[in-house]
Amino acid sequence: MRIPSSRGPVSSALLELLDTSPTDTPTDLAATLRERTAAALRDTSDVVQDDDLQTALFTAYELRYSGLQGVDDDWEWHPEVLALCAAIEAPFERALRERASVPELPAPGVESVAAALFELTGADSGPSVSRYLAKKATDEQAREFLILRSIYQLKEADPHTWAIPRLRRHAKAALVEIQADEYGGGRFDRMHAELFARTMRGVGLDATNGHYVDMVPAITLASSNMMTMFGTHRRLRGAIAGHLAAFEMTSSLPNRFYGNGFRRLGYDKDVTFYFDEHVEADAVHEQIAARDLAGSLATDEPTLLEDVFFGAAAGLYVDGLAGAQQIDAWTAGTSALRTAETVSVPA
Amino acid sequence: MTGPDQPATRWDDQWEDQPAGTADEPVSITAYPNGPLLVRGPFEILTPTGEVIPPRRRTVALCRCGVSTLKPFCDGSHKAIGFTTEQEPPEPQPPLGS
Repeated sequence: MRIPSSRGPVSSALLELLDTSPTDTPTDLAATLRERTAAALRDTSDVVQDDDLQTALFTAYELRYSGLQGVDDDWEWHPEVLALCAAIEAPFERALRERASVPELPAPGVESVAAALFELTGADSGPSVSRYLAKKATDEQAREFLILRSIYQLKEADPHTWAIPRLRRHAKAALVEIQADEYGGGRFDRMHAELFARTMRGVGLDATNGHYVDMVPAITLASSNMMTMFGTHRRLRGAIAGHLAAFEMTSSLPNRFYGNGFRRLGYDKDVTFYFDEHVEADAVHEQIAARDLAGSLATDEPTLLEDVFFGAAAGLYVDGLAGAQQIDAWTAGTSALRTAETVSVPA
Repeated sequence: MTGPDQPATRWDDQWEDQPAGTADEPVSITAYPNGPLLVRGPFEILTPTGEVIPPRRRTVALCRCGVSTLKPFCDGSHKAIGFTTEQEPPEPQPPLGS
C-alpha cells in the first residue's frame, strides 16, 4: 500500500529508515529510531491510542501483508524493524491484558467455552454504531464509517489466516472452513474484502488498500495492529482464535443494521450486498468459531483457555472504544476522522 | 497421508473430477445448541414449489428459532430472542437419603 504519513518522531524515523536499503542500513538512522521509540514509549500516556506508535507499528506490519510502495520487501524481516515491533508490542499487549474484561474462565470444553463466549459477547452493551447507522447517520457519516472500516475490511480475514499453520486438529479444520468462506470459497468476486471494495466504490470512495490510512484515528490502527500481533505470534494463537470468535459473534445482527442504514440512505444492492452477505455468513461462522475453533482449541490445549478469552475481550474492548469515539464525534456534529478534507465524493 | 498400515486408496480415486462438496460424502446436519442447524455436504435446498435455492456457501446455517429474516437461513436472531434448544443439563445430584 501507499506508505502512511508519519504522525510523530517514531513513525517519521521509521519512514526515513525504510527509504534506505536494508542491506546497507545507515546506523545513525537505526539508532535514531531506537532512541525515539524508547522515548515515545516512556512518555506516552496511552500506547493503545498513540497516533505515532500505532502508525509506526501499522507501517511495519504492512510489510507482512501487501508491502509498502517504494520500500524494499527485505525490510519485513530486518532486525531493526522486528525490534521496533517487539518494543511496541510488549506494552501494547500489556495494556490490552490490563483493560480487557476477561470473565471468569469456564472449564476447558467445547460446550462450556462456547457458552461462555456467547455470554461474554452477548453482554457487550457498548454504544452501537450499527444502530446509529440504521437510524440516524447522514450520508457523510455513512461514508466515514466505510473509510474507518476500510483499514481492516480491505484485508478482511487476512490477520486470522496467520493462525492456520499454528493450529492443529479440529481447531485448524474449523478455521479453514471459516476462512474459505471469507475468501469467497475461492471466487475472487465473492471474497469479502472484494465485496467491501465494491461497497466503497458504490458510494464513490477509493477502494485502494490504504488510500484513507492517514485519515483514521489511532484506535482504528490499533484494532488492526492487535489482530496482526495476535495472528503473527504463535504464542498468541489462543488470542487470535478468541478474537475471531468474538468478532463473528458480534457481527450478524449489526450487519443487518448497517445494510438497513445504507438502504435508508438510498443505496441499492451494489452497496448493501456486503452487509447482507455478512448477516448470513457470520451466522454460520459464529457457531463454527465459538465451538469448533475456540472450544476445540481450549479443549486440546487447556493452557490457551485464558488467551482465548483475552483475545475475545480485547477485541470487544478495542472495537468498543473505536465505536464510542465514532458516536461521540457524530452526535457532537463533528467528523470521526482525523482529517475530513477528502471525505467528499471524488470528482 | 497413506502409511504402510492404510489401504492404498489413491487420492484421485476419491477426488478426481469431483467438484468440491459433491464427492461421495453424506450430507451432515449438526444441531448447534441454542442455535441453528449447520448443513454440510452435497445438499440442495428447495422452495415449496421445487425450485432450487442457490446456496451461497458450502456450509449453511438453517433457522431453528423461527424468527430469522432470511429463512430458511439463520441470521443470528435467535440470540436476540434468547432462543434455547434444550433444558440446562441437570446438575449431578447427591444420592437421596442418608
